This record gives sequence, structure tokens and C-alpha cells, in this order.
Amino acid sequence: MLAMNYRGPYRVRAAHKAQPEIEHPGDAIVRVTRACICGSDLHLYHGLVPDTRVGTTFGHEFTGVVEAVGADVHHLRVGDHVLVPFNIFCGSCYFCRKELYSNCHATNPEATAVGGIYGYSHTTGGYDGGQAEYVRVPMADVGPTVIPSDLDLDDAVLLTDAFPTGYQAAEMGDIEEGDTIVIFGAGPVGIFAAKSAWLLGAGRVIVVDHVDYRLQFVREYAQCEVIDFREVGDMAVRIKKMTDGLGADVCIDCVGCEAAGSFAQTLLGVKLKLQGGAATVLHWCINSVRKGGTVSIVGVYGPTFNAVPIGNAVNKGLTLRMNQASVKRHLPRLIEHIQAGRIEPRKVITHRIDLEDVADAYHIFSSKLDGCIKTVLVPPGAGR
Amino acid sequence: MSMDTQPSQHGHSHSASDDGVDSARGTAGDRAGPKTVDRSRYAHIVGWGADLDPANRPAYPMERTPPRLPHPPEAPRQQRATVEVLHSTERPGLTPVFGTTLPPSGLSGGLRRLAFRHSENDVRHWLLLLLADRVHMGEGLLEDLSRGRVPNLYAEMGGRAELRHNPAGAARKAALGTAVLAVIVLAVIRRRRSR
Repeated sequence: MLAMNYRGPYRVRAAHKAQPEIEHPGDAIVRVTRACICGSDLHLYHGLVPDTRVGTTFGHEFTGVVEAVGADVHHLRVGDHVLVPFNIFCGSCYFCRKELYSNCHATNPEATAVGGIYGYSHTTGGYDGGQAEYVRVPMADVGPTVIPSDLDLDDAVLLTDAFPTGYQAAEMGDIEEGDTIVIFGAGPVGIFAAKSAWLLGAGRVIVVDHVDYRLQFVREYAQCEVIDFREVGDMAVRIKKMTDGLGADVCIDCVGCEAAGSFAQTLLGVKLKLQGGAATVLHWCINSVRKGGTVSIVGVYGPTFNAVPIGNAVNKGLTLRMNQASVKRHLPRLIEHIQAGRIEPRKVITHRIDLEDVADAYHIFSSKLDGCIKTVLVPPGAGR
Repeated sequence: MSMDTQPSQHGHSHSASDDGVDSARGTAGDRAGPKTVDRSRYAHIVGWGADLDPANRPAYPMERTPPRLPHPPEAPRQQRATVEVLHSTERPGLTPVFGTTLPPSGLSGGLRRLAFRHSENDVRHWLLLLLADRVHMGEGLLEDLSRGRVPNLYAEMGGRAELRHNPAGAARKAALGTAVLAVIVLAVIRRRRSR
């Protein structure tokens, strides 16, 4: 089968590899119909995630048709068209019983700090991802959700990660009616966090980035205010001037370890890899939020350590909330939002590229060429 | 652009300060008082406040038991390991379910095994894995060559897309590459002449 194949930092290609097989009685084999490139895939693509082995197939945002199921799969059927949450989770371990599906303890032997994720290095379990014609889907009765007949396939694929992650980012802010929310990052997750902040009753939503076309998009799509941080001398001062000197009620990090905006952070975290990525946005969040406010983090960071002003967080009495999204618990409500016309996730898709051209797709997304916000890869024969 | 200040769009009572930065809530004293929200200001935002009630928030509270899954699952059976799978020293063994792709091999595999002698709590674990990743990249190149395949680095790095969507950048990179190559060639020629 054809699959995306990682060869090293900034190098990928489409190549043939063996088709996946049932390896556990809870598995299914899914023929992929859509696979997105996620912003966090770029951390892999740039060589920042430890234990990313050459030959890995990335892709944790995908939909597909069930082709085969194992002996322990009783509810999913061959032919079902499913959206597959990026978390691989068992549904029955200590953490899954608390609905912390992204923290599942039964699907990732290589690390305890994170559960299993498709195509996201051996640090998250060593599974291949969905940027391929076929993919192995473990715990098939637990994770996948059959796509409702009235749901657009492009909306469905964005329910596997980007929209739920943006929603959870806002939700972790414990937004109260009228709150001022500052969201760092105008990528797909930041865009969805902005839309979600309104759903949660925010009074003011401000998105910070430095990519002009993304700021323009989010301003129109999410009806929010925007800040280009290149035009800001000091982020904390700017946010406080905009909020009566108090700071935002909630600051949300939708950027993670490759943040621009600080030469020192980029040098130490991205170029020299002496910390788990550039903590620029964490710094801005902690210093821009009001005392007693909440910082919500969904940006991805490396597993080592980061230089952040934790003393300020203590002195300000902040609440720090963070996690990978537990996609499955959000799906019923988010599907309702789409069906009710409150949000159209598919509008963030700007590029639809054949899987054969995966190298170009990664480069366009990584370098933010051609107005790229979200890229969908289409495997051969999947139909557009 | 620095910020969007559209009071009519959002309906806030903006008050511009002398540096052009708007404060949407008037004075600090106003904000410090009881919060009053005029919901009509958000009438143009489809879905505003649909999830204001915590009961509508799917991840509230953060921990919920029992999980609201359509089919309550049983604990998964133990997957049989058919290839070498490394596991964290913070676990007693393999998890019931795991990936089997790309088992450790070669020099990079040795480094990975070494890394997994240290816990996730130990920075050596992660630094050794990053080193193994760089070694693996070299092994991947050698593997390609040993199979008679010369990797097309230009295509793998998205050269075609760069040329199509950022021709000026592609030209800059080509010029830089040519200059570096010229310097290397000149250095080699100079060295040979000096012998």
C-alpha cells in the first residue's frame, strides 16, 4: 500500500509498505478516506519529538471505512465509515474510567506520561498513522465513531483532533459569561478555540499570531479581535492595556514548542534542543493573564523541561489546565454543534492534496505557503 | 495589523487610550465591580453561549465516572509481542496493546535500548533517543543506497512546492546552495594546488 514515509527532519516521501494486519483481537483495519496533517505533525517533521524512527507513517487525524475486524470487536462492522479519534485508548483502565482517554495507561508501553497516539513516534506507542491507504486501528470498539449520514466527511475528519482540541482548550479555561479570552496561535486549533470560546459565553476573544493571512482568516471566521505580535513591544503590557490593566481572564496556548517571538527561547528550545521546545507562549500566557486567572495549554511540548516563569504563576494564584484532548468525550456535543449550524469546521481546510504528493503537502504546511491553514491528504481511490 | 477594533461588530463600549490600544471594558474600577453582561451584544455570533451551562460542557467536570462510552468495554487482552518492543522502566512490562512498527535495529537501535535503561524522569533517556533519531537518519540513507535507490532529497524536502509557491525563496536557496558548493570546490582546488 502507499503510505507517507518519514526519512528524517524535513524529509518525507510517499512509499509502498506492507498493508497492516490484525495484531490484537480488538483491532480493525481501516481503509483511509481522509487524513489531515496536524500542526503537531510538524514537530515530528522537524525532528523535535524523541524516538521518531525513520520509516514511520504519521497521521493521527483520519477517517476511513472498516475493512476487517478482530475477534473481540462486536460493535463495529465491516463497511462502517468511521472517524477515528487520535487517542488510542482502552476505555477500561484507571484513567479511562475517569474519562481521561488521552491519558490511557494500557496502550503505550514506551512512556507513562502519554497514552497511545496514531503515527506520533514511539514515544506515543509506536503505531503507524493514517496518512496511508490502510491503517491498523486498535481498540476498535472503543475509539472509532460511525460518521452520521448527514455529516460532511471534511467536518468528520476535523472531529478527530483539531476541533475537539480547540474546544477542550477553551473548556479548560472554565470560561464564565463575559470573560476576556486571549488565544495564542491562529492555526486550526487556535481558530477552533476562538469559536469555542464564544460557544462557552466569552465576552471578548482575542487571537495572537504573526502570520497575516491566518489572522485575517480567524478575524472573519471567528469574529474575534486579532493581534500581530510582531507589532507588539511587550505582550503582557499590550494585553493589560487592552484589559484595564488587569490581564485576561483566560490565556490559551494553541502553539506549543515551535513558537516564534523570542530569539532566546527559539535558540535554546528549537535550534539547540536544550529544553523541550520554545516556551515563548507559556511565558506570555502566565504574564498576560490576570491574577487568579486560568492558563489553558494544548500546545505540544517536548518531554524534558522548559524555562517558564513559574514564580509569577504562583504569585498570581493562577490555575494551570492542560492535557491532550480526550476526543471521544467531546464528540456527541460537537457533532450537535455542527448539525445545528453553529460551526462549520471544514471551512478551515485550504488544501486537498493527493497522498502521492505528501512531501509537497508537508512543505506547504510547514512553510505556510499558498495561504495554507489546513491540509487534507487524499489516498488513491478515496475520491474527493 | 495590530488588532481589530470594531465596536459595532462586537458591541463593546471601547475606549481608546493614547497609544491606540482599546480597552473594551472602560476603567479598571468598572471591571472590578459586579460583572454584568448584555447578551444582545453577541446576537450576531451564531451559537454564542450555547455551552454556557456547565451541564453542556462535555469535559466538565474533568474527571467523570463511569465513562460515557456507547459500549462499556472490558479490559483488553494482552497482545502477543512478535517483535522487540521497548518499554518504560516506569512500567512493569508491556501494555496490553502496543504498536509493532519499526523495532530497534542497528546502531540507532542500540542507542534506543540504552535510552530505555533510564526512566522518563531521567533526561539521559530523552537525549539518547534524540541522538538515536539522528543516527537512524544516516542509517536510512545508507539503507536506501544499499538497495540501489538514491533518495531524491529535492522532492522529499518539497522542492517542487517551494518552486511553485515561493519561487523567490527557491531562487535564494539555490543561490545559497551554489555559493556553498563553489566555496567547497574552491577550497579543494586550493588545497590540491598547495600540495
